[in-house]
Amino acid sequence: MIWQFDLIILTLVVISGIASISIRDLLGASVLFGAYSFLMCLAWAVMGAVDVAFTEASVGAGVCTVFFVAAVFRTSRRSKD
Amino acid sequence: MPELIDILIARYNYWVVICLMMIGLYAMMAKNNLIKKIIGMSIFQTAVILFYVSIATKHDASIPIIGHGHNGHHAIHAADYMNPLPHVLMLTAIVVSVATLGVALALAVKAYQQHDTLEEDEIIEQLKTEYLSQ
Repeated sequence: MIWQFDLIILTLVVISGIASISIRDLLGASVLFGAYSFLMCLAWAVMGAVDVAFTEASVGAGVCTVFFVAAVFRTSRRSKD
Repeated sequence: MPELIDILIARYNYWVVICLMMIGLYAMMAKNNLIKKIIGMSIFQTAVILFYVSIATKHDASIPIIGHGHNGHHAIHAADYMNPLPHVLMLTAIVVSVATLGVALALAVKAYQQHDTLEEDEIIEQLKTEYLSQ
């Protein structure tokens, strides 16, 4: 585990998490949540949990983003907060 | 006191876990939009998984895969590998979190079809007027 990489990736994870709950456009929030999941999978790959990392990459960054985009497509795209 | 500061800086993973948990909890409690609440729930679950993976990491250790496993039997030093048990448990947790997310998004779509909005306060207003008109 290289601690510089770990610290940079964890900082980016926190930033993208805050951005995905503060943006007003719900499609943008879904895409930012996919970016959050992918950065979290990079953090786990750096920590040495390889199986957890590629499960998160296929499931979190793949299927969850598709679910969110489908739900936003069936509902509304604007959010008040 | 400097020893305590060093210990707190060396455990930076757990401070990031606390930050992510509080972000998810804030989104679940304070955001009005249902999709934002569901995103906060997923962030909270991911923070818990990050906590368990941080427990399993070890300095100067390799990933838990045995090299040269087909060359006959030789002794395996368990101290040279990371702990694979939390990783296996967290694979199950990731699958469960996806199932939870699917159910929550299906309920949000049904609520939108019923009330024609995703905002929680507007849904509560509609329910109040419906209750008072009975």
